[in-house]
Formats: sequence, C-alpha cells, structure tokens
Amino acid sequence: MSSTAMHQTDPRALLLVAGGAAFCLSCLQSLVVSGTGLALAAIFACVCAPDWRSLLKRLLLANLFVLFIWLTVPWTMPGTDILIIGPVHFSREGLLLAMGVTLKCNAILLIFLTLTADMGLLQMGCALQKLHMPVKLVFLLLFTYRYIHVIAEEWKKLQTAAALRGFMMQTSFHTYKTIGNMLGLTVINSITRSHRIYEAMLLRGFSGDFYLTTELKARRRDIIFVSSCFFVLACLLCADLYVTCCHV
Amino acid sequence: MHISEGVLSPTVLACGYALTAAGTYLGLRRTDYSRLVTTAVLASVFFVASLVHVPLGPGSVHLVLNGLLGLFLGWAAFPALLIALLLQAVFFRYGGLAVLGINTFDMAFPAVLCHYCFRSWLGKAGVVRIAGAFCCGAVSVAGAAVCTALALAFANEGFVTSARILLVAHLPIMLLEGCIVALMVSYIAKNKPELLHFTQ
Repeated sequence: MSSTAMHQTDPRALLLVAGGAAFCLSCLQSLVVSGTGLALAAIFACVCAPDWRSLLKRLLLANLFVLFIWLTVPWTMPGTDILIIGPVHFSREGLLLAMGVTLKCNAILLIFLTLTADMGLLQMGCALQKLHMPVKLVFLLLFTYRYIHVIAEEWKKLQTAAALRGFMMQTSFHTYKTIGNMLGLTVINSITRSHRIYEAMLLRGFSGDFYLTTELKARRRDIIFVSSCFFVLACLLCADLYVTCCHV
Repeated sequence: MHISEGVLSPTVLACGYALTAAGTYLGLRRTDYSRLVTTAVLASVFFVASLVHVPLGPGSVHLVLNGLLGLFLGWAAFPALLIALLLQAVFFRYGGLAVLGINTFDMAFPAVLCHYCFRSWLGKAGVVRIAGAFCCGAVSVAGAAVCTALALAFANEGFVTSARILLVAHLPIMLLEGCIVALMVSYIAKNKPELLHFTQ
C-alpha cells in the first residue's frame, strides 16, 4: 500500500487502525515484542509514508517526553546497578523501562503519523461522525479547527503592533503585563466573535442539525486493510502474553 | 506537559478515558449550540495560547490557560480541552490517541474545580478579583501537574521520582500562569466587565 493508496483509503479505516494500534501497543510488556512492533511500524512507514524526512522530524519532536523519561528514570528507579558514575547509580530495571517506553512510543507514533499524514481535518470530522462520535463533538472539532487560524492571525497582528511600538520579550513585569493585556484582548474579541458567528448561523437557518457533505464509502480493500492490521496487532498481543507469562 | 504514548499502563489509560468520557458527557449535556460556538472559539484560544512562549529566567515556557478555559466554560472545559488536545496530537504530535483520555482529564478536572472555587471571586472588585484570577491560573496548572504526576506514579513505580521532578518543574510555571491570568482578568474587567459575571 503506497502513500497514494493510503490517500484513497477510507479515513474511518485509517482512524480505526491508528486507535487500535495505539491501544494494543500501549498494552505490550515485553521488550522483544515492543521491538517487533517498532520494526513492523517502521516497515509500514517505509512503504506508506509520503515524506520520510518530515516524518522523522515530527517523530524527533514527539520524543521530548521520552527524553525526559531517559533523563530521570534510569538513575532514580531502584534495582540492580549496572553502571555507576560517581554518586549516580544506573539500574538495569530503569534502563529497561525507559527502553520499553521508547520502543512503544515510537512504534505508535510512526503508525499514527503514517496513517494521518494525508488526512484533512474535514475528512477526520466526517470519519469520526460516521464512527458514531457525538455530533456536538464533531461540531466542536470542525469549529475549533476553523477558528484556530483566525485567532492565530489576530494574535500575529497584536504581536506585530507591539513589535512596532518597540516591545521586546524579556523576563520582566512589563512583558507579562503586555502579554496579559494582549491575551485579554484576544479573549474579549473571541467571545464577541463567537456571538456574531452564532447569530450569523441562526440567520442562515441553523437549527441544531449539522450536515457533513463529504461521502465516505467503505470498499472491500478497506475492510481487508483493517482486518489484516487488527490480525497483526492481535498476534503481537498474543506473543506479548506468551512471552510475559512464560518469562522467555 | 503531555504524557506521551507508550508510557502509561492499560489500567491508567482506561481510567483516563472513563473519567474524560463522564466529564465530556456532562459538559456536552449542559452546553447548547449557542454556547458550543463560544466553547469552540475558546478552545482555539487555548490552542493558540499554547504556542505563546513567555520568557522565564534564562529560558521560556509556554502558557497552558486551562484555568481560564475552566472559568469561562465550567464543565464544557472537558469537551473543549478534549478537542484542543486532539488537534495538538494531530498537528504537533504532543500526546496521542491512547493517552488523550488521561491528558484531557489532567487538564480539565482542575479547570472545572477552579470554575466552582473561584468564579464568585471574579465578580467582586479590586484585590479579591485579582487574587481569584491568580489562584485560578496557578491552582489549575498545579492540579494538572498533580494529576499528571499521579498518573505516572500509578502506571509504574519506576516513574515515582520522575513524577516528583515533574511536580517541582511546574512550580515556576504555576506562578507565571497565575500572574498572566490575573493580568488578563484585570484587562477584561476594565474593558468588558460583563464577561466576568458568571451565571452558570
């Protein structure tokens, strides 16, 4: 399945696989099975990811929390010492825990990044509604996405206006007061704007029904794709259960 | 700080989703479409504010503003934060699908608590209002840090010290957030005081 084929896949299938993979891989206990999961995710990304460079860049950014785990867990978790540097004792259990988190986190993110790389928010909203997500939540998702750009634009204008008046960010009360005022103004404008939006919707006959015009059709290949992905995930879970129970 | 994928145990993930589902259900039930537009726009403000980096000492931190969202929205902060965090996961890969439940609960629960504890302070004038706004900003961030630390500590005993470090690291952010929310509320009180008279 290439990136083009991924683009043509029903977004419901992509979301189901992304969610299923996130939950199944989170449940893994064994390092070997987690490593296998990461290898499978990397192969999947190699075949399907539209742009490898941007995927790796995003993956690195998403590893900030994993870095925090590496910086704190190996020397704070009690266990068998395997490395001693001065007063710092690195435990085997701590290193294994950090390693497990790294493998699982990157496997889940690789799958998520690959599956959602080509998906637009409108498609995602439609897919979530068809997957029986509450209509109000879908409404909230699409409206929040729509107004992020508007509010970001307004914030940029305020920043430019402040910069033109010689404002420079530094650790001082003046900076905090200016940021507080700018954000306060943004909140006032946003709430006023939301009232105008609702009035405009009422004028156009909005009565609480929210129609999405994008049609989604599940084809045979989408069903095969979801079934095979869930089969692989089930195999990983079974393997993990076997390895953990038998202490292989 | 958002917890990443692969860190928490299945039990903690399931608890996070159950609690967030309950909060979101309550939030959506109490919100009609007229308030839902305001909720969406304020969720966008939360998203944009999380990109604002404020200088603090030699580095900088980004704002959270979950307390402010809770103040204006009450229980609707749950769906608003759920959507904002889903968008952050999609665009910036902060958090993820499996941890969305627990990350939403960590942010939204303290926000709702602050709504009920401090909203009456904001209708009053002078120092009480400023103190209420400061407490709202600071307590919501502190609550979020405590919930995140508890989730980590319950997931694995190896994360207990990491959870403690996380809590201590949030102390300056807590104070900064309190100051910024106090200054924001003071600006709103001067220019649009009717926004601070909460009736819900």
